[in-house]
Amino acid sequence: MLKAEDYLVGKTAWCPGCGNHSIREALAEALSELQIRPHNVLICSGIGQAAKIPHYIKANGFNGLHGRALPPALGARVANKNLKVIVESGDGDSYGEGGNHLIHNIRRNPDIAHLVHNNQVYGLTKGQASPTSEQGMKTGVQVNGVVVPSLNPLALALVLGAGFVARCFSGEKEHLKETMIAAIKFEGYALVDILQPCPSFNKVNTYGWYKKRVYFPEIEDLQDWSAAMEVSRQWGERIPLGIFYNNSSPTFESTLAALEGEPLAWRPFDPLSVAHVQDEFL
Amino acid sequence: MEVNILVGGAAGQGMETVMNLLGKALVREGYGLIYTKDYMSRVRGGHNFSRLRVASAKPWTNIKSIDVLVALNEETYTRHCENLAPPGKVIFDPGLFSLPDDEDRGVPVELQKLAKEAGGKVMSNTVAVGALLVLIGLRSETVEGLLKEAFADKEGVAEKNITALKSGMDAASRYCSACFSLPAKDEGDKKLFIDGNQVLGMAALASGCRFLSAYPMTPSTGVMNYLAAKMKDYPLVVEQAEDEIAAVNMVLGASYAGLRSLTCTSGGGFSLMTEGLSLSGMIEVPLVIIIAMRPGPATGLPTRTEQGDLEYAIHGGHGEFPRAVLAASSHEDAFYRLNKAFELADRYQIPVLFLSDQNFADTHRSVEPFNFSRLKYNRFLAEEGLYEKPYKRYRFTENGISPRALPGQFADQVVLVDSDEHDQNGNIIEGAEARKLMIDKRMRKLAALAEEMDEPDLYGDPHPEILLISWGSTYGVMRETVDALSDAGLKIAMLHFSDIWPLPQKRLKSLLPRAKISCCVENNATGQLASIIRREAGLLIDRSILKYDGRPFLAHEIVAEVEKSVES
Repeated sequence: MLKAEDYLVGKTAWCPGCGNHSIREALAEALSELQIRPHNVLICSGIGQAAKIPHYIKANGFNGLHGRALPPALGARVANKNLKVIVESGDGDSYGEGGNHLIHNIRRNPDIAHLVHNNQVYGLTKGQASPTSEQGMKTGVQVNGVVVPSLNPLALALVLGAGFVARCFSGEKEHLKETMIAAIKFEGYALVDILQPCPSFNKVNTYGWYKKRVYFPEIEDLQDWSAAMEVSRQWGERIPLGIFYNNSSPTFESTLAALEGEPLAWRPFDPLSVAHVQDEFL
Repeated sequence: MEVNILVGGAAGQGMETVMNLLGKALVREGYGLIYTKDYMSRVRGGHNFSRLRVASAKPWTNIKSIDVLVALNEETYTRHCENLAPPGKVIFDPGLFSLPDDEDRGVPVELQKLAKEAGGKVMSNTVAVGALLVLIGLRSETVEGLLKEAFADKEGVAEKNITALKSGMDAASRYCSACFSLPAKDEGDKKLFIDGNQVLGMAALASGCRFLSAYPMTPSTGVMNYLAAKMKDYPLVVEQAEDEIAAVNMVLGASYAGLRSLTCTSGGGFSLMTEGLSLSGMIEVPLVIIIAMRPGPATGLPTRTEQGDLEYAIHGGHGEFPRAVLAASSHEDAFYRLNKAFELADRYQIPVLFLSDQNFADTHRSVEPFNFSRLKYNRFLAEEGLYEKPYKRYRFTENGISPRALPGQFADQVVLVDSDEHDQNGNIIEGAEARKLMIDKRMRKLAALAEEMDEPDLYGDPHPEILLISWGSTYGVMRETVDALSDAGLKIAMLHFSDIWPLPQKRLKSLLPRAKISCCVENNATGQLASIIRREAGLLIDRSILKYDGRPFLAHEIVAEVEKSVES
């Protein structure tokens, strides 16, 4: 029986009050409830404060390049479909640098839970705007305030056909854990956008700012796309949390005949067994 | 004894159909040949042509002279008639254009009209093949057999094509029958009729590669096409990535989790992959990239050839890390060398760059069937009971190679890789001493890696006074150059590199200082291999023979340059 503490390793390099702490704890609790042993979990991340998570959770880890957490996760799913693959990274990584991979992996629908630590700011590079920063937020680079409208990742995911779309808040840890469990269990691409304060660099969207606004709307039908779209577009005085959409469709893996049976990575191979492949050129 | 055929027309007119059918029939009949393509970066119009050379000695390269010119449009005749041999023939469609009055080498065949009569204009290329068969005196049974194979699942199509073929034969036989003699057949086993990209695709499949992710880019796409077509019969996944950045990172994820994986691209796509290349160096995850070179910079000449990315393959990617760079020299060699690339990547846990180019990728040749028992499949993975627990991905070892485990391979052992500098566990570190230890660990692999590099192939006089140095796809044209100049009485040899980095130097250091004249022959503008030799081996090569107009060398061009050097 693995306890949540068994998944916690390393000494974090995050600021006190950072939302990352409770996201990490929620993940450890989720893995413990699911009783997935660490060697069967793979966490892929990019670069950023959130992306350090593979160093702090006992699991296989691929801490790759900035913005590039999804492609190796997809490759790993092809290699070994028995691995529970989680992509965990920040808003800059997932929605900015990695935007193209976000779009096309939602389309592919691999069985990956994508947990985005969304603090609406760049932490590691010390306070520049991220794609989800609020209009008007002043930074050392956006000196007159952010002028472009912020990206709505949930609406984007829905438009692209994502089957599982949810929003959480690091200050609502129990809900976060339950949502993570649902996302990990979901067969297909699951996006969990996790709002979190950045006490060092985001002076607008503070813990109190979120706490005052978040609420849990009653969602009757999790397969009602239009309703999901509507709730995902709510932002401002009231910010809805919850699973907005949960409607599975065939996964990327299920379309690949080669993945039927034992994971590809474990299958033996002998070059002589394919020697007849050259006959077509005779 | 040889016959040289050129088929030309606008893009979309189907020169490839003619050459694929005729080429395969000739190879089945036992003739040795080479078939090369010269095409523009467009889907319709322009001027494209293919050359096919059938020769008694193994043909390594094409020549300029033409015996039979198949002009699918007037431009083809205008552009190529000056290279038509005096007893040559021109197959053309009098329904489309006429030859000049003083041209008496014409073989008019109403390609389109005859095709329509047989059942459809689309078969006009089959009519042209019929005409060609008559001119070179090849019986039609083999082509008929190929048509039946090609259209086995389309009722009546093969029969219509055979009608078209025969009408082409009848039309041409009124003008000339077997007016060219085919050379002696190549005795021995049946040969393959295969192009360079197919050789590499097949080598990847037969090396146990199970995942290819790439973004289409000429001239590398043929590798992807080959493997994609194999997905229905083999446990293999080909995924078209959203961009080359995704392609290389997907490959790294698949490789990390246990698959022999590959990506292929050309220079521009490789530029996008270089951060991923550097990642492979840092996380020590095996990676093989085929770079089918085309002329740059930027988009350059998309469908042409160049050896312009050698230095880039050696130096691309930020930071310092060990890598190997190998090149496709001939169809015969490249099949086994790509297998070596996979083995090196797995054994040393490094990126391996495999250089091809349009000249290699698009060229069909007749080659002996490959010997699959020469291929290796070793994964060099950690084994239960033989690795130290807890598992550490980057455990220090004497040769710098850490035992490699896959995620999920051992119960309760995890595998952590990190693009940040890391400790033996794979955890981020920043300490000066720890950083130095990890760099030293990675770089220690170079000593053994360098020993794996094959010395360059020596062909020609074993004690050459004139030493030509070359690499990659120029192998064939270099051989024909050496043969021609040896016949002319020169003591000449070529030293041809297929394994380039780390640079093997023994043979170079023994032969180069003793040669009276040395020339480095390269399909680029700056003489990149010569620079590398100067830098790595401290040896100066007298002169460079360079070609950088986007076209492959022809033997007579190199012969003329070498003769100039000898005279001076």
